[in-house]
Amino acid sequence: MKRVYVNEEWCLGCHLCEYNCAFANSGLSDIAGLRGRRIFPRIHVEGDEKEGITFAVSCRHCTDPLCVKSCIAGAISKRDGVTVINREKCVGCLTCVLVCPYGALSPGEDGIMQKCELCTENGGTPACVSGCPNRAIVYAEE
Amino acid sequence: MNEYVIIGNGVAAAGCIEGIRSADSEGRITVVSEERHPVYCRPLISYMLEGKTAPGKMNYRDEGFYERNGCRVIYGKKAVSLDPVKKSVVLEGGEELNFGSVCVATGSSPFVPPFSGLETVEKKFTFMTLDDAEALKNAVTGESSVLIVGGGLIGLKCAEGLHGLAGKITVCDLADRILSSILDSGCAAFVQKHIEEMGIEFMLSDSATGFDGNTALMRSGRKVKFDVLVLAVGVRANISLVKDAGGECGRGISVNGRGETSLPCVYAAGDCTECTDISSGARRVLAILPNAYMQGHAAGVNMAGGEEDFDCAVPMNSAGFFGLHVMTAGSYDGECDDMSPESGIKRFYVKDGYLTGFILVGQTERAGIYTGLIRNRVPLSEIDFELMKKIPSNLIFSSKIRKKRFGKVVK
Ligand SMILES: Cc1cc2nc3c(=O)[nH]c(=O)nc-3n(C[C@H](O)[C@H](O)[C@H](O)COP(=O)(O)OP(=O)(O)OC[C@H]3O[C@@H](n4cnc5c(N)ncnc54)[C@H](O)[C@@H]3O)c2cc1C
Repeated sequence: MKRVYVNEEWCLGCHLCEYNCAFANSGLSDIAGLRGRRIFPRIHVEGDEKEGITFAVSCRHCTDPLCVKSCIAGAISKRDGVTVINREKCVGCLTCVLVCPYGALSPGEDGIMQKCELCTENGGTPACVSGCPNRAIVYAEE
Repeated sequence: MNEYVIIGNGVAAAGCIEGIRSADSEGRITVVSEERHPVYCRPLISYMLEGKTAPGKMNYRDEGFYERNGCRVIYGKKAVSLDPVKKSVVLEGGEELNFGSVCVATGSSPFVPPFSGLETVEKKFTFMTLDDAEALKNAVTGESSVLIVGGGLIGLKCAEGLHGLAGKITVCDLADRILSSILDSGCAAFVQKHIEEMGIEFMLSDSATGFDGNTALMRSGRKVKFDVLVLAVGVRANISLVKDAGGECGRGISVNGRGETSLPCVYAAGDCTECTDISSGARRVLAILPNAYMQGHAAGVNMAGGEEDFDCAVPMNSAGFFGLHVMTAGSYDGECDDMSPESGIKRFYVKDGYLTGFILVGQTERAGIYTGLIRNRVPLSEIDFELMKKIPSNLIFSSKIRKKRFGKVVK
């Protein structure tokens, strides 16, 4: 199955992936609509810009995910290999944040969890990947 | 054909069903369920009171779960005895089920101390099941004064759930602080203040000793009037089936990572068990949902002839109280590194070069990175520990490890 992988050597630390993700999941028709707003992307850039190390972190879609086994609301599950969340069931307890060893999960603006679902709902290639200017984020079979 | 019997129908049972089916698609599975509901998310009962969820959304698995997994579920009946020699379980009413292997997943029950005069209280509840929560919801009106005995997780979640429904809520606890099993006094005081600001009252180092109708007689001599009483003093593991059959038990049924008890072909999982907490090495009852699922799954796989060892159990909890998130994990017997910012709490406990536990209040971003260090017993010498204490980031790992984490398929 195709997943998102990152090459930290190529990451510019530009944070575009965060904006592309937030836009893809915003329902807005123009990315300019995000201007001046706090965004809640499902991918985030970590690192140390002074040291020149940056990289993007998003859900790894683990083969046997701890978040699925730990969710107290039965809201996270696997669908065709993709780890998905049912926001109707989530109550925002953050147990998944407590267990994800990658630190990949954070809640949405409403306090309810959201997560990378590989843009399966947005059609095609994940927005973080298609918008990455230096191909530091790729969508590939392993 | 293999005959599997599962006693209890909570999350540990669901894990067990999925574990069995991952290794055996044929064998017959019978589930004995005292509660008359398909498996639901027990921790959500307080969110149900609050209106953040509803019974229709609290199911743990979809509607077709039992049928798809070929399970026969006997609702509304308790197993009353287990015979490991005859390999049978007897239910209330006398029905006998034979098994090749059995999983005891009976959870825990509210512990109700012998209060004098408890029988004179008209509206009294425990807070463990969906039925408890629904009955409590029906009993409370906007005028009600509610007294909750017990300031642990269950009592406080109940207080939060009732906040918008009841007129007044008082929580009492014999301990000198709330959440005494997971927080020290400093952290507990911080959380208490936040909850008090929402209008919940506390009576600590004091508890009810008896009741007279709508009055609680407190240890301190005070008298507290109430309309509705909730007893959330604590829970006890339901161990009797295994204990009476001669199986080894402490506070919980003794199990190993494979879910095996000391009796042949008898497995156990979830809140009814005790296992090794790898953060301290101690044997403990870890009454948390993730543990129940993972123990149940391991037991199921092994019952069906597969191999699965759940050998990284640690206590951990994430709970919000009126918007303030509290996360704890591991044990606190190491040296404490207090990195608390002004607006919250952040404490790490370190022993012999390993992170053994932490307490986070208000500052919970990416906490799973810390939990991973405990679960996976990562030597702190292999990571940038100073950075870790400041911010949870994947930068604490070497670039080689990061390559594995973000450049490969991970389990
Ligand atoms: C209010 C509340 C909040 C919670 N919050 C959290 C939280 O935030 N995070 C977390 O991780 N955990 C939380 N928990 C704990 C969590 O609910 C449990 O760890 C989990 O449900 C354990 O699952 P289990 O399958 O082992 O047991 P249970 O869910 O208790 O299921 C056991 C079932 O077995 C049945 N049974 C018992 N004896 C018999 C018998 N002899 N025959 C037939 N059936 C029997 C019982 O009726 C019960 O339905 C909370 C619990 C409560 C009550």
